[in-house]
Formats: sequence, C-alpha cells, structure tokens
Amino acid sequence: MKFLKNIRIVLSIFFFLPIFVFFIDFTGKLPVQFHQFMNIQWIPALLSLNLIVIGILFLLSLFLGRIYCSSICPLGILQDVLSWKSRFFRKKKKKTRYNYSPPKNILRYTILVLTLIVFLFGSSFLVILLDPYSTFGRIASQLFRPLAIWGNNALAFIFSAMGNYTFYKVEQVSFVPLGFGIAILFFLLLTQMSWFKGRSYCNTICPVGTSLGLLSRFSVFHISMDESSCTRCGACEKQCKSQCIDSDAMKVDDSRCVSCFNCLSACKKGGISYKYRYMKKHVPTEQNKVNNSRRTFLLSSGAAMVSVAFAGTNKIIGKNDPILSRKPVMPPGAYTLDHFNAHCTGCQLCVTKCPMQVLKPASLQYGITGITQPHLTFSTHVFCTYDCNICTSVCPTGALKTLTMEEKKLTQLGIAKFRQDLCVVFAKEEDCGACSEHCPTQAVHMIPFKKGLTIPEVTEDLCIGCGACESICPVRPYQAIYVEGSIKQGMAKKPSEAKKFNKKIDDFGF
Amino acid sequence: MKRRDFFKSAAIVGIASFFKTNALGSVLTGKEIAVHSQPDLVAVMGGEPAIMLARAIKELGGIGHFVKKGQKVVIKPNIGWDRSPELAANTNPELVGALVKLCRGAGASQVIVFDHTCHDWKKSYTNSGIEKAVLANGGKMVPANDESYYSEVDFPRGVNLKKAKIHKALLECDVWFNVPVLKHHGGAKNTISMKNLMGIVWDRSFFHSHDLHQCIADAATFHKKPALNIVDAYRIMKSNGPQGKSETDVVKLKSLLVSPDYVAVDTAAMKLFSQVQPTELKDVRYIALAEKLKVGTQNLDNLNVKRIKL
Repeated sequence: MKFLKNIRIVLSIFFFLPIFVFFIDFTGKLPVQFHQFMNIQWIPALLSLNLIVIGILFLLSLFLGRIYCSSICPLGILQDVLSWKSRFFRKKKKKTRYNYSPPKNILRYTILVLTLIVFLFGSSFLVILLDPYSTFGRIASQLFRPLAIWGNNALAFIFSAMGNYTFYKVEQVSFVPLGFGIAILFFLLLTQMSWFKGRSYCNTICPVGTSLGLLSRFSVFHISMDESSCTRCGACEKQCKSQCIDSDAMKVDDSRCVSCFNCLSACKKGGISYKYRYMKKHVPTEQNKVNNSRRTFLLSSGAAMVSVAFAGTNKIIGKNDPILSRKPVMPPGAYTLDHFNAHCTGCQLCVTKCPMQVLKPASLQYGITGITQPHLTFSTHVFCTYDCNICTSVCPTGALKTLTMEEKKLTQLGIAKFRQDLCVVFAKEEDCGACSEHCPTQAVHMIPFKKGLTIPEVTEDLCIGCGACESICPVRPYQAIYVEGSIKQGMAKKPSEAKKFNKKIDDFGF
Repeated sequence: MKRRDFFKSAAIVGIASFFKTNALGSVLTGKEIAVHSQPDLVAVMGGEPAIMLARAIKELGGIGHFVKKGQKVVIKPNIGWDRSPELAANTNPELVGALVKLCRGAGASQVIVFDHTCHDWKKSYTNSGIEKAVLANGGKMVPANDESYYSEVDFPRGVNLKKAKIHKALLECDVWFNVPVLKHHGGAKNTISMKNLMGIVWDRSFFHSHDLHQCIADAATFHKKPALNIVDAYRIMKSNGPQGKSETDVVKLKSLLVSPDYVAVDTAAMKLFSQVQPTELKDVRYIALAEKLKVGTQNLDNLNVKRIKL
C-alpha cells in the first residue's frame, strides 16, 4: 500500500502550490480563479455556509480520515515542508525521529471549546487567530511575500541599471507591526513544533484538527495494525509525524492520525495497513475520554469571558485630529461592520490581491477582535481603484460579498470630509484641485472661490469613499480631505453625465 | 566647411536668432532648412492620428531632421489613467504607435515610452492601449512607479520649483518628444503640453502645494527641451477632466498640433478647445507665467503657423 503515500504527496503539492503561489504573486498575472483553492478550506466554507464544500469535506473525513489535514490544508503541508527540511540539519544517526507521545487532551479540547464559545458569543477573535488556512495566509503574505518582492526588486535594480526593464520594482508589503508580529509568532511556533514533533501543532493547537479528530475516530477507513504480521519493530512509529502510533501496545490513535500513510511505507512486513474499520465485529479502539473535568471547564469559561470582554472594546481613541479617530474604512462588499467582523478570518488574500495595496491588515482599528482583518489606508497614489472589484471576488469566507463592477462603482466605503480651513486654496489662496482631479465620480468638484480661484466641494450622495482625494491631497500630515468609513455601506447615486457636444468643429480657432 | 558656407550660415543664424530662438537649432543641424523657412507650428485637421502625424512631421522637415541614426529616443505621452482610448483620458495609442514607428524608421537605437501615472501604472499602460501600440512598433515601455527611477535636476530659472526629480530615461536620452492629449482639467483648468511635464517628475504633490500654475510654468524651464510637442486632439475631453466620467465628455476633433514651442502650442490648443468649451486663456495661468519665464510665446501672429486640412 506504499502507493498511498505517493498519492498523498501528489495531492498535497496539487493543493499547496497554487495557494502558495497565489499568495506570493505580486504581478497580478495569475488568474483570479485560483481563489477556488481557498473556497475548499474548512473555516472559509463554514463561514460562507458553502454547503457543497462542507458536505464534501465532512464525507471525506468520515470515510478516509483527516485527508484535509494532510493534503488540503496549506498550513499542514507547510509543516510537512518544514519538518522535511529539518532533516538536512540533523545528525544522520537521528534520522528516525518520532516516538509515540500521548495526546494532550486538556489543551486541545480547551482550545476547541474556547473557540466555539467565543464564536457563539459573537466574536470571531479566536477563529481569526487559529484558523489554519488564515494563519497560513498571514505567514505567506507577511513573511514569504516580502521576501519574494525583495528578491524581485534586487533583480529589478541590477537589470534596470543595465537598461533592461524586464523586472520592475514592486512596492514592498507595508509593515504592520501587529500583523507581522502574529505571523512571525505563529511561524516560529509552527517551525519549532514541526521540527521536533511533526504534526503536533495540528493535534494540540489547531481547532480544525481537533474537530476533525472527533470525526476520524469513526472514519470508515483507518490505519490499523495486524497482530499476526507485526513484529513490533517500531519502524512505523518512528515515521509517524502525528506521534500517534504506539507500536508496543499496537494501537493507533485515530483522532490524531492525519492519514499521511508514512507508516505504510515504513513497514516491510505488512503489519500495518489502511483498511475498512467495520470489517468484523470490532468496537472502535477505546476512545480517550474527552477530558471535561471541572478544571477544563473553569479554564475555558474563564478564558472565554476574557475574550468576550475584549470583543466589546472597540478601537482605541485617537489623538486630536479627527482623521486619527475616524471610523475604519472596510473593503467593498463588507456590507456592515458586524457582518464583516464576524466573517473575516484575516487570511490576507484580498490584501495580497489588491493591485493598489490600499488594503492592509488592521491593527486595532476594528478593536482587538479584528486584528489583521483588512481595512483601507490611503497614502500618496494609494487608493481604491474605481474599475476594480478583485477583493470582492476572491474572499473565501463571504466576509466580502461578490460585487459586480457596476455595484462596486456605487458602493460607498465611506464619505469624503472636506476641511476648508486646511485646504491650500483657502489657506494659501493658490489653485490646486488635486482632489477633484482624482475623484472618479466628481463627488469632489471645484466651485468658484475668490480671485478667480476654485475650491473643492463634496456632494456626499455621489461619494463612494475610494480615497483618491485623500491620497493626493498635498496637505500633510493631516489631509484637508479625508474619508470617514461607513459602518454600513450604502449605495451612491449614479454620477450624472456631461452634456454631449454635437456641433461640428472644422476650424482651428486660431 | 567652406568659407562661403560659413558666412551663409552665420548670416542665417544671426537673422534667425533675431526673430526666434527655436530656429537656431534647426539651422545648425540641417542645411536644407536654410533654403526655405520651417513652420513654428503645424496644425492638421481631418485625418486619422497616424496620417496627421506623418503630414505634420513632413512639414517640419521629416523625422530625420529630429532623430538621427543610433540615437536613444524618449516619447512621453499622457498615460495617467486606467481608461480606454475612447474616453480620451490618455494620449491616442495610434498616435504614439505611429511616432514610435517613425523614430525606429529613422534609425533610433531604442524608443522608450513612459509616464508617471496617477492610476495603477500597469493597468494604465495596458488599458490605455499604449503599451500594445508601442511594443507592436518596436518601442519599449519603461516603468516610472518608483523613486529609484528618478534623479534630481536643478531648475535655475524656476520661481517656486528649484529642484525636481526627473525620470532617468529622459535624462539619458538623445531626443525626446512630448506627446500630450488635450483635456479639460479640474485643477489646472486644462492639460496640454506643459501640464504633461508633471509625468516626468517624481514628486507631484510639491506642485499642488506650491502654486500649481507657477510650478507647471517652472517645469517648462527644464533644460532639456523636447524636439517637438505633439498635441493629440483627435479626441479631446471637454469636461470632467482629467479623468472624465463617460464618453459624453469626449469630442472628436480629429486634430493634431505640433510645435517645439510649449507656450505657442498650448495657446493654439486652448483656442481650439474654446470652440467646444469656452475658456479664458488667462485662466489657464501657467501659459502666461511660462511666457514670462521666456519659455515661448503666446503671440501666434508672430509665428509661422501652417494650417492643413485633410
């Protein structure tokens, strides 16, 4: 049955590579359709109530075990890559590295219960933090992507110095301390755990892994040891990255087995196999009882309460200028703040796909529970492009509803607020109009001011909050025009068209 | 050079420079110019972009007069916006393509095209149709989206703008053509050849915070003048500029204005534009300010203007 491992590896590459490359791609050349690979992830499917995917993943786990963990989840595969790499750094004698280790039930079930309780209380804080797909997204977008861009820019520098512009300089991922911090924290944790203990992250911390473990206890096919042919050599145990094979007791902990099939390849005697569980009258291997002791209960409810309490605290109060304490500007299709905060897992897919890089992971703009959820930050030449709806079409969790281009062009992310006293035209009595120049709907337009000058005016009905005005306003540090985010995204009026000019001109006029 | 030739050209140079400075260069570079005087401004109406361009260049002595074999050429159109050609927010791609072809035909070693765009540069390059037209005719698109592509240049004649970072491709080339599109503009009233210079500069926000009109005029004192300003008025944007909202902002004038003189070509363009959307020339303040800085002349009557209808 050695072919099973090979199939697993091929499948893992098939799922991992497109996801990885899609997160790294900074050229925007990969087709948006790649986002389908994100739709088949557990948490996004649950949040967007994608019943087909939920059904398929459920049946898959029930029949074959935790295939999701071994071959579909990018974070799981990343751990395999890390632990595979680690072999180049360890001594040859110690190449066999794993030993059976008992399950950490208190920890894993506490985390699972906590995540559920907090979620039921209306906060996706722990879902955001612990969803393996989103954790992978943060690691890929905050750590790997900057490296790739750095490499590209180094090439661009070398080539353009020689007059070759095949490579062009790409704007580096902007540094958001909290987002970066979370990414690096999880990456280090993951590296450490997978380096020494294989898939122990999946079996102690990941709530998805723990839940699937509950299913895989009963999976129709599972790994089991055959007493007659097994010589108790322990070869399988040494290859088990879940550390769930106890070769002395001849037991496999199904709840932690991720169906990687490494053990099958390790066994030369046919003492371990992947087979139908209910073949003979056989009671499923004795379950490790869910440790629901008083201690666990108290621990989880206490921690849950803390998280729920955090859920209430909203953004920190800003300094003096209203621009600092404005409401966050959500991406298009977020609909309402409540919907968005509850559904977004901060996977950063929209952030990496935003051609203008106006989307950035939030720090505390949405409060502590919305860390790494995307928001718009405007800076020179960085604003939401009028003819673009990419973010709304890649979101796997349904936090951003898919918008047609027509809908997107009318969706009000916020409203521009003009502060005349700061404006160049008012303060210096000089022409400017950069804001109106960049306004795609002419919600910001120029009206007569004194001395033949014109000054901006905002028609709020027409404003879609794209931030083009704010991005280009020369007044710094606090712009004379800025976008106040909308908690509920409304629809702007359709901008009126200019009168058509029908006369025929056949003279130069000079 | 023969003694007789020397006297001849010296006399012509003297006379020419007495009237207008821009003929000076022409005399020194091409002998045939001395025979019959070259127009200062050519206006063509009624043809397709490539045909009007070919005609205008012919009137000005042919492309070989401006581009020599082996030279590096830069073309600077307006590619500021992620808009299709029909919306006239960018220079007509056929015009740019035709110019690239002419330069390549004259033996240019490379023809580089760029603009410091307002919208996402890749989308603007692509959706304006300019990238395709340039590549198809043997030109090269160069990015301008990063400060590292620019070097600082002094503007000793500038009033507010004393220094600016200019795109290196432009600084390193032998010849360049300024190829704007004629548009209404919310901030600068109108954008033509001088306003197009904001696309060779890195820090545009300085312009907006230090009197936009004065800075545009200052930018026109840039020591490296374009061989020609080629104003695309095939489609013009009469309102809601510089981006435009829809095709109702666009008027098809099927015209082209060409001159080495920034001020003259902008003045002529404003007169053409005013027939569609009446605009006071003095409200486009940078034109008068540039004349004050001796960049060129608003007085078209003193110039040799060639008007051609096809």
